[in-house]
Amino acid sequence: METYTLIVLLLAATLRVATPLLLAALAGMFSERSGVIDLGLEGKMLGAAFAAAAVSAVTGSAWAGLAAGVLTSVALALLIGFACITHRGNQVVAAMAVNIMVAGLGPSLALAWFHLGGQTPQLDAPGQRFVEIVWPWAERARETPFPGLLYAELLSGHSLVVYLAAALVPAGAWVLYRTRFGLRLRAVGENPAAVDTAGISVNGLRYQAVLISGMLCGVAGTYLSTAASSGFVRDMTAGKGYLALAALIFGKWRPYPTLGACLLFAFTDALATRLQGVALPLVGVIPVQFILALPYVLTVLLLAGFVGKAVAPKAIGVPYAKEQ
Amino acid sequence: MSAPGRLPRWADLGLLPIVSLLAALAASAAIIAIVGESPWVALRLMAAGAFGSQEAAGYTLYYATNFIFTGLAVAVAFHAGLFNIGCEGQAYVGGLGVGLVCLGLDHHWPFWAILPVAMCAAAGFGAAWAFIPAWLQARRGSHIVITTIMFNFIASALMTYLLVEVLIKPGQQSPETREFASAACLPSLSALLGRLGLNVSASPLNLAFLFALAAAAFVWVFIWHTRWGYELRTVGQNPSAAVYAGISPPRMMLIAMLLSGALAGGLGLNEVMGVQHRLLLDFPGGAGFVGIAVALMGRNHPVGIFLAAVLFGALYQGGSQLSFDLPRINRDMVVVIQGLVILACGALENLFRTPLAALFARWRHPGEGE
Repeated sequence: METYTLIVLLLAATLRVATPLLLAALAGMFSERSGVIDLGLEGKMLGAAFAAAAVSAVTGSAWAGLAAGVLTSVALALLIGFACITHRGNQVVAAMAVNIMVAGLGPSLALAWFHLGGQTPQLDAPGQRFVEIVWPWAERARETPFPGLLYAELLSGHSLVVYLAAALVPAGAWVLYRTRFGLRLRAVGENPAAVDTAGISVNGLRYQAVLISGMLCGVAGTYLSTAASSGFVRDMTAGKGYLALAALIFGKWRPYPTLGACLLFAFTDALATRLQGVALPLVGVIPVQFILALPYVLTVLLLAGFVGKAVAPKAIGVPYAKEQ
Repeated sequence: MSAPGRLPRWADLGLLPIVSLLAALAASAAIIAIVGESPWVALRLMAAGAFGSQEAAGYTLYYATNFIFTGLAVAVAFHAGLFNIGCEGQAYVGGLGVGLVCLGLDHHWPFWAILPVAMCAAAGFGAAWAFIPAWLQARRGSHIVITTIMFNFIASALMTYLLVEVLIKPGQQSPETREFASAACLPSLSALLGRLGLNVSASPLNLAFLFALAAAAFVWVFIWHTRWGYELRTVGQNPSAAVYAGISPPRMMLIAMLLSGALAGGLGLNEVMGVQHRLLLDFPGGAGFVGIAVALMGRNHPVGIFLAAVLFGALYQGGSQLSFDLPRINRDMVVVIQGLVILACGALENLFRTPLAALFARWRHPGEGE
């Protein structure tokens, strides 16, 4: 029974860790399917995390924080779009620039506005955070291990954003595969010239994709600072944007496999936390660092074609120049 | 929209980076003003903090040493058409090579014998870490930007493991190795100059600075005056033309990335052997990413890279001074400026290039309408 409880708690932790990853990976999916490399996930999330925590701390409303987070992330996305869609700059360089700039800007503004050494104030007043939603009868269900504990820990007790992220997977799949916009989006990432010939604006579509990416990253960042923790701290994304990108590649740029990759990566993360210093039978203590490095190693193996084959959208990374 | 126009060579190499840099500095000044400090005061404090004394200038050049190595590393890969974001990891692993050599030999060999082995280790370990992404790109078409990012994280995990579990000095809490014996430490430049009778105040600036300059000269010769360099640039500019010229793009990609990783490993000499005298966590401290800014600003040319590296050295050193004197600014402001420089010099290049080119066109052919 002890093992059972542990596993349920581990899975619940997996869901919480997977949420920002999933949101960011879906964001990247829209952007990359349109042909724009989305290395800026990290920076957009971090910017949103700061803005959401700062605004929530000042106004006392998590929803105002969410709005600020999404706006900030969208502004950063538009900046990247301006550089590499309008001005055909290098997408990798633009995204790295934004990532680095935001990594400095958050703590700089936090220091100037809150005087707490680069953090935002603790969000502890009611309404400042997206708190866990407890489903009906969850407390009573906890008493019966199966299926009560599953209900109480896995289904109930997450913040709104977790459920939103889960709902966005089928929604994203529907948009991508069942709508005219999705068809055009996929086409523009594979063969922009054909889309252009059909009289549809390539840059317009890419801007829409980048905008969607900005919004989803905004939600992901907001989750980090106002739901998963209570406030912004320096470098709080800690590579989650890149991990999300890895999950997107691992999921071969498709919604459901990407969900699977996010859950897998989140599970390794949750597992690493649990296994810290624990001796396992047969193998002994597994160094936490090895488990944490696993998602990156897996992604490299996948990219190398040793574990399946990831084929990127064909026009990815290439700025589109209309023929003169 | 017109295609980005052509600029005269001097404007492309000199004017455009300066215009971009001024734009980035203007944006930085605006942010400093938003934060509530005077940009002008900040600029003066930074300049004084970076060059105001011999010690300050020494610190500036010590930071610049790291940035020359990583800037050259990014530039060599750029010339072959590859974007190496993995300099951070390559420098980290290069430093591991230096550290292992120093830990193994410092009580047995004299300095002059350890130094070449350590240099080979820095270059070899850095190159080895770059080799895997390079091979995957060249032979299996794996996107090198993604793989080098992944390798940064893998390097970080590997080094944390090694320092926490294996190499840590027994009986201490912080994950660091023991300090090297003096035979495995690079002499500081003030000590070297002191031997020549020149009195310079002490700073972390050490012999590695001269190695960085030598590396810059080597890169210049290699890229523009050897057959390999020519082939490497051909692959970077037009891989299919290179194939018709009998050049193998995969082979040149491998060579470029090996050299790139080796140059990034040079950072290990400066940090591990020159300053820290032990291995510790995260000694590259983001220099791999500064290298991107330095290479973009320096137009991938060793002279430009040297100048850009000194500028960033001054930003880092001056920035720490800034955080002492101005209560509303911390060291993160330097990172903001760094990001803005990458944005202006790298991503938004065409924003400035197009109007400049139009200006030149009008100046050359007055009266012609567009």
